[in-house]
Amino acid sequence: MAAHLKKRVYEEFSKVVQVTHEEAPAKKLRLSKPSKSAALHVDLCKASSSTDALQYLLTFSRKPVEAESVEGVVRILLEHYYKETDSSVRLKIASLLGLLSKTPGFSPDCIVDDAINTLSSESKKHLDSFTSGNLSDSSFGVRTKCLQLLGCLGLLEAPLAAMRDVQSIISDYFGDQDPRVRTAALKAMLQLHERGMKIHQIIYDQACRLLSDDYEQVRSAAVQMVWVLSQLYPESIVPIPSSNEEIRLVDDAFGKISHMVSDGSWMVRVQAAKTLGSMLQVSPHFLEQTLDKKLMSDLRRKRTAHERAKELFASGEFSSGRKWADDAPKEKLDTNTVNLIASGACGAFVHGLEDEMFEVRNAAVEALCQLARSSPSFAEKCLDFLVDMFNDEIEEVRLQSIHVLRQISTHITLREDQLDTVLAVLEDSSRDIREALHELLCFTNVSTKECIQLALLELLKNLNKYPTDRSSVWKCLKFLGSRHPTLVLPLVPELLSTHPYFDTPEPDMDDPAYIAVLVLVFNAATSCPTMPALFSDHTFRHYAYLRDSLSHLVPPLRVRTDLFLQQSLNRVSTIQNLEAAGAPELLDLTIRDLQRLGELQTELAGAADFCATFLRCQLLLMKALQEKLWNISVPLILKQNITVTAVLDESYKLEFLYSGLENRQVATIHHVRLQAKALQLILAARTRHGLDSLISSCEKFLQDVESFQRLFLTELPHLQDSFVEKLLELLPRLSSCKPVEQVKILQTTLRQSGLLQLRLPEQIHRATATIIEPTGESDNPLRFTSGLVVALDIDATLEHVQDPQNSVKVQVLYPDGQSHVIHPKPADFRKPGPNRHRLITQVYLSHTAWTEPSQIEVRLLLAYSSSCSSRLGWTDAMDSLHPAEGTVEGTIPFSKHVKVFIMPKPARR
Amino acid sequence: IGKITGCVFPLQGAGQDVGRSCILVSIGGKNIMLDCGMHMGYNDDRRFPDFSYITQNGRLTDFLDCVIISHFHLDHCGALPYMSEMVGYDGPIYMTHPTKAICPILLEDFRKITVDKKGETNFFTSQMIKDCMKKVVPLNLHQTVQVDDELEIKAYYAGHVLGAAMVHIKVGSESVVYTVSVNKYAKSHISAWIDKCRPDILISESTYATTIRDSKRCRERDFLKKVHETIERGGKVLIPVFALGRAQELCILLETFWERMNLKAPIYFSTGLTEKANHYYKLFITWTNQKIRKTFVQRNMFEFKHIKAFDRSYADNPGPMVVFATPGMLHAGQSLQIFKKWAGNEKNMVIMPGYCVQGTIGHKILNGQRKLEMEGRATLDVKLQVEYMSFSAHADAKGIMQLIRMAEPRNMLLVHGEAVKMEFLKGKIEQEFSIDCYMPANGETATVTTNPSVPVDISLNLLKREMALGGPLPDPKKPRTMHGTLIMKENSLKLVSSEQALKELGLNEHQLRFTCRVQLQDPHSDPDTLHRIYTHLKSVLKGYTIQHLPDGTVMVESIVIKVSSSAEDTNAKVLLLSWSYQGGEYFFTALCIVKRLMYQ
Repeated sequence: MAAHLKKRVYEEFSKVVQVTHEEAPAKKLRLSKPSKSAALHVDLCKASSSTDALQYLLTFSRKPVEAESVEGVVRILLEHYYKETDSSVRLKIASLLGLLSKTPGFSPDCIVDDAINTLSSESKKHLDSFTSGNLSDSSFGVRTKCLQLLGCLGLLEAPLAAMRDVQSIISDYFGDQDPRVRTAALKAMLQLHERGMKIHQIIYDQACRLLSDDYEQVRSAAVQMVWVLSQLYPESIVPIPSSNEEIRLVDDAFGKISHMVSDGSWMVRVQAAKTLGSMLQVSPHFLEQTLDKKLMSDLRRKRTAHERAKELFASGEFSSGRKWADDAPKEKLDTNTVNLIASGACGAFVHGLEDEMFEVRNAAVEALCQLARSSPSFAEKCLDFLVDMFNDEIEEVRLQSIHVLRQISTHITLREDQLDTVLAVLEDSSRDIREALHELLCFTNVSTKECIQLALLELLKNLNKYPTDRSSVWKCLKFLGSRHPTLVLPLVPELLSTHPYFDTPEPDMDDPAYIAVLVLVFNAATSCPTMPALFSDHTFRHYAYLRDSLSHLVPPLRVRTDLFLQQSLNRVSTIQNLEAAGAPELLDLTIRDLQRLGELQTELAGAADFCATFLRCQLLLMKALQEKLWNISVPLILKQNITVTAVLDESYKLEFLYSGLENRQVATIHHVRLQAKALQLILAARTRHGLDSLISSCEKFLQDVESFQRLFLTELPHLQDSFVEKLLELLPRLSSCKPVEQVKILQTTLRQSGLLQLRLPEQIHRATATIIEPTGESDNPLRFTSGLVVALDIDATLEHVQDPQNSVKVQVLYPDGQSHVIHPKPADFRKPGPNRHRLITQVYLSHTAWTEPSQIEVRLLLAYSSSCSSRLGWTDAMDSLHPAEGTVEGTIPFSKHVKVFIMPKPARR
Repeated sequence: IGKITGCVFPLQGAGQDVGRSCILVSIGGKNIMLDCGMHMGYNDDRRFPDFSYITQNGRLTDFLDCVIISHFHLDHCGALPYMSEMVGYDGPIYMTHPTKAICPILLEDFRKITVDKKGETNFFTSQMIKDCMKKVVPLNLHQTVQVDDELEIKAYYAGHVLGAAMVHIKVGSESVVYTVSVNKYAKSHISAWIDKCRPDILISESTYATTIRDSKRCRERDFLKKVHETIERGGKVLIPVFALGRAQELCILLETFWERMNLKAPIYFSTGLTEKANHYYKLFITWTNQKIRKTFVQRNMFEFKHIKAFDRSYADNPGPMVVFATPGMLHAGQSLQIFKKWAGNEKNMVIMPGYCVQGTIGHKILNGQRKLEMEGRATLDVKLQVEYMSFSAHADAKGIMQLIRMAEPRNMLLVHGEAVKMEFLKGKIEQEFSIDCYMPANGETATVTTNPSVPVDISLNLLKREMALGGPLPDPKKPRTMHGTLIMKENSLKLVSSEQALKELGLNEHQLRFTCRVQLQDPHSDPDTLHRIYTHLKSVLKGYTIQHLPDGTVMVESIVIKVSSSAEDTNAKVLLLSWSYQGGEYFFTALCIVKRLMYQ
């Protein structure tokens, strides 16, 4: 009977819809794309059977729908939904509605609004009846889709008194007989949460019950739900069943999710382990339980390997591991205290880290990291477990745990036995692992001098086994030394093998191992003034040599050079204008000083280089403008032309090779470029190639000046007494007079303008690239058959390169002058540290046959395009005004050439 | 009420130690033998189960429906040829593919030792092993095999060794899961997983019931560290192993470590049985753990890169090396020979990866003995280092508990363990899961009563009709009643509508009518009263068919209402109501309404 009644209600309902719809065709026609909805309507009305209708809907769903026509389509779909009796068609419509609500440019609320408008009085009941009517459909698919729709569209505002709350409707389906519907219900609830609705706390109990569902998708969604609720109501109090106690909700949820780490399905385990990591509000007591593990053997308590290691360490004994039965069980256990099955948080991570699926282990490691970062005490406790993970059988997990340990390294100090385990990994054959470990050692605190010795020993072993790790090992020792000066101090005599009475032989200066030791010692010596006293004579000599050759690794021991840079710049500022006497010599000297400074002081290298390049530009301009050069005959002007292009090139380098520039510096760079362009114009005028070309280049120059003015309006006050300022004063006169006169004016202005003061920004870094592989030392040519390709491995480190995936390119120069530019895959770039990238890629070479092997050159290029460099704030404005103007694209070589011997052989027939 | 009986097979005088496994299960009228193991400790008839216990003097084939072997260890399959060929059993024997492959190698090896070396007679022959293997039906994982119409079995992965399986046995709605040495907790080759199949009984071994192990990773790391240190020192490492299982596990471990650490020292594996076994591991690569399976994309892990076959002469080679040699307890053979050669150098090391029986050299050196007496009065100074590593792949207490949590059995049956340990585990299981736990001793029978559900066929029409009455979906929270007739005929149950039941049984339908008289005081005449009742009913009961018939009666659905007045008092009316059995529900509604009307 109820079915009958319902059917009748539907029939009435659909009639109403149809009438309102027929009254509103005018509105539909107003839509810009009525054809689409109208066509659908016609199609659906034509459809005689449900299969036909389904077919129409299917074809419809394949076509894209414009945002403006969605409204109409939705209305038609709704209307047909009520008329339709076949569940498959209804299912399709419901899913289409859900899809449409996600169409870009169409707010999902529109559907509700639309429904309200169209159905006026019925509107309130509309969504409610639409869903609740069909939620009781017997097909699980229809129910699932309805729940999805409800999740996407459920009203966020407090519902009207008569209506049932969306959440309670959805939560009714938590107990549905079909697991797919239960999952959909949970997902719909999560969707509501995402849309900003506050989920009621009553849902918590229901969600917890679903954690023990038979189906993994349900459990997985339930874990998410419980997590959401624990974040919403962390501090509410929930009772513990079967006892009178009460605990915080977040703790309770933590316990329950921890329990899921030993679930039967690995997907759920991954989810649970991941989720644990984001529950930072959990109380420390519960957190520490996750690492709890008790071992027993024949009902006797057994100490874990961790505990044994710790005891050995405490008793001062070196871990021998050679004692028979040192893991023999000790005291008898009270059988009641043994927890066999993980209840609550107990041992959650112990389980997670020992899971047989590496995905779970990875997730657990990640979660450990997040929790440890927020709690130093937990970090200390989980150390043993993380160190254990260094020996995982899957490389990904090992790598991940090394990275994690680095991230929490600020909280921890490694014990000797832990360090031992960590260092064992240095022999790993995977380069990624070794480098991650070096990175980790850079940030690690160790507790004793034995640790330092151990680390040094293992690093030297590593160096011996994998000579390619040289730079990485040195860098690692640099940090190790500067972090632990007091621990290194007692080791110095041993390390340098000095003797109080006897002179010892001087070690070989080219030995990488010896250099490694020196790097450690010198870096420790910077903050330990008593150390240099222990050095022997040759150590000081070696210091001087290393300071010069490996200045980035060896710090200055006494001299302070911080102020030097500023002083040099101040000195330059005394130069009044470009024609001042003695100026070139002063500039020359300063440039030399700056270059040397850059080599010595790694942290100042960027700034020093920047200044030097800038000054070199000025110097070049200055020389070009010298009086006597202007009297020589025209053909010799060629030299000056070269100067101009050099200045232009340098100016692009200044702009794009350095990071950390402020608007002011950019203005200065553009100013230099403007000067160079003015010079170019003057030179062009002298060659007299024809008036037309002169006129056009004059115009172009004026445009440049204008755009400069537009771009750097705010900076103009700082550019007093400069070329541009004078130029702007003369601009009205310039634009009115003839080209020849313009050039005359320009020439005098250029000569009289003063040297622009360079103010250094706070942080400035030069993008650099070093090609590690190929080394260019190989004498064995790479042989391959001509016409085929050979892959060349390239390994390079990039520093301070922004967005290397788009800007870094590899250039290959063949002896015949042919050059190829190769764009490496984004995946080839790794990021081992901040501001550092590593490019490990392969380039493919090919050439026609040669008679004998020859060298090709490989280098890295930094591509730039002045219009798309987003770091400069003014580009947006420029783009909109003159899209084509100023888009200069080019490349700057920023690494040294590496020569590779290759030999394409003729193909054998 | 059904019954499942589990019977642990009697072995005369068998102690409580690990020895043999043979369990007989009767479920739903089927008899199944789970494992058919032998005891390694005896050399006489006691090593095999006493099969006469089962049938007294009948044939085994008549009594047993099938035999299921869980894995290839001899204490689980050693008595198989004896049972099938010498006692006589022709029914099916089920085991997984790897078990079927490796089992005969072990049996043959065992036979050689007992017959050829010890010269025993009255033992099964090679031909018997072959004949026995012909009766084996291989199982695939998660494949449901129908043994006969009612009995079905399904195998799941268990840890332990290659090809080890848990078996789910089902007859009707009764089911049993049998598992040995599931290895869930300690990371191993293989991972155990089972459906939430909620069996009536879970039978599990409980040898390590009172042990919770440390993570396997720690043990592995220790092992590798020791080997690595010795190699770096330039020493030689001897690892005495038994041919199967652990040996392969350790090979993989060392192989990956060598690969990882880029080590060059050679690893040798003594030839013979092992080569054959490695071959099978190679074939059944998909039965191994995630790491091994993942690596298979590039190459088969068991195609060892660093591990080579051993030759006797290699033992004298200078420089570091690692040698795996059989047998595992250093009591004879190649491992002993190598040990004698290397024992004098303190740089060398021997690692015992398993348990050693008392009296063997392995046992002596593990207990710290440094001077050994050899045959021929020679003494051997043991200078090399002796290490012990436990790599047992048996389930510990946590593993068993995990399994219970996954399968959710209704009862638990523990076998294979010492009473005290089992008592502990039993207590824990009863406390955590509140299920019954049994631990029968040898020869004892445990009986579990089950509550099987009885399947009933229902006609689709009836179901549809009943569905239509109460809305489209049944509410899972509320039970619903439905009307129908249950027919029990020829061992089957059927639920049909009553009309169909009548038709099928050839019976006539009997109408059952109830009548009732209600005394009323009403001044009106009889027809008037009746009319009043009619109009009132009509106004109150909307949606029902109400008729005023010309013969002075009112019909409400199937209820007939009549009014008559008694002769002496015309005011006292008697209302006659009559209704059929089906109309009962309406009747009381109608009666109430009429009564209310009359008392107004």
